[in-house]
Amino acid sequence: MNDLVEIVGLSKAYDERTTAINNMTLTLPRGRIIGLLGPNGSGKTTLIKMLNGLLVPTQGSIKINGFYPGPETKAKVAYLPDRTYLNNAQCVSELLDYYNDFYADFSRDRAGEMLTGLNIDPTSKMKTLSKGTKEKVQLILVMSRSADLYILDEPIAGVDPAARDYILRTIITNYSPEATILLATHLIGDIESVLDEVIFLRYGQLVLYNSVDNIRMQHGKSVDAYFREVFAC
Amino acid sequence: MAWELDADRPIYTQLVERIQMQIVSGIYQPGSKLPSVRELAAEAAVNPNTMQKAFAELERCGLIVTLRTNGRLVTEDTDMINEIKQNQAKEYLDVFIGKMKELNYTENDIIDLINKAIAR
Repeated sequence: MNDLVEIVGLSKAYDERTTAINNMTLTLPRGRIIGLLGPNGSGKTTLIKMLNGLLVPTQGSIKINGFYPGPETKAKVAYLPDRTYLNNAQCVSELLDYYNDFYADFSRDRAGEMLTGLNIDPTSKMKTLSKGTKEKVQLILVMSRSADLYILDEPIAGVDPAARDYILRTIITNYSPEATILLATHLIGDIESVLDEVIFLRYGQLVLYNSVDNIRMQHGKSVDAYFREVFAC
Repeated sequence: MAWELDADRPIYTQLVERIQMQIVSGIYQPGSKLPSVRELAAEAAVNPNTMQKAFAELERCGLIVTLRTNGRLVTEDTDMINEIKQNQAKEYLDVFIGKMKELNYTENDIIDLINKAIAR
């Protein structure tokens, strides 16, 4: 099973008027860091939810490792949502235990090392941490799993540039040639040198799937600049 | 600290240029071991696949040699390194002389100015 994700004729309509994903066909290989880019409302979050089995397609299919979204895929997909779902009242070490219990592939040691490296006190309660620190804790939990597909939804929004650098470095150094990272973000310029390939979505449709270097070569500009051109308002 | 890269050119060509420059200027000595793809990618803040591609290109032209079990070494072929260095110097000189001529300096003027600049 060489391709990680196979999407065929995928559509998601919330009602007669709202089609969030429109007839998408796309194959994602292993071992890549892929940017999922598009304006607000282009269908990124809907696609991400369907990959996670949180929404069901209205038409077409998604397969991850040859399985439809379900227990087999959830064991192999690590999801970092853009809004935290973690219990604010819990402290960091309790969250480590929770993840450890829940996921067979979670490495408590790796997570612990990263937290120590950032001077995050494991006894601190989530609600006492700053927004940026909470984001780092979330990211550490997700990246300490050995998943086949990591889906990171806006992992660097709302944090300072130094924290962004740390987060990107964490993503790069945890990169595995067997796994793929799907990164949805608006901060294209910040991350494009970390991406292998990018997906452009518009109105729920696939507009482009190409490598960063190809885009730069073909258009003589950065992906950020090209995006602004394609999606000019 | 992330490497400074132009946003409008392919990343992989810039990585090749930069590592080549580091080899040619002696930052990585002939025969010395290079950091791993992963380490260098993290330092440069780029995708490891792209760094891998850059390494592959440098291997292809012989500037880097891969040992099966022991990582990558800079070539010991100092002739090759010197040739690359000279070609790069020639490029810099061509640009410099071109610009000085645009300013209408004669060849003797240019030599004078260079001597003065070196003496500073």
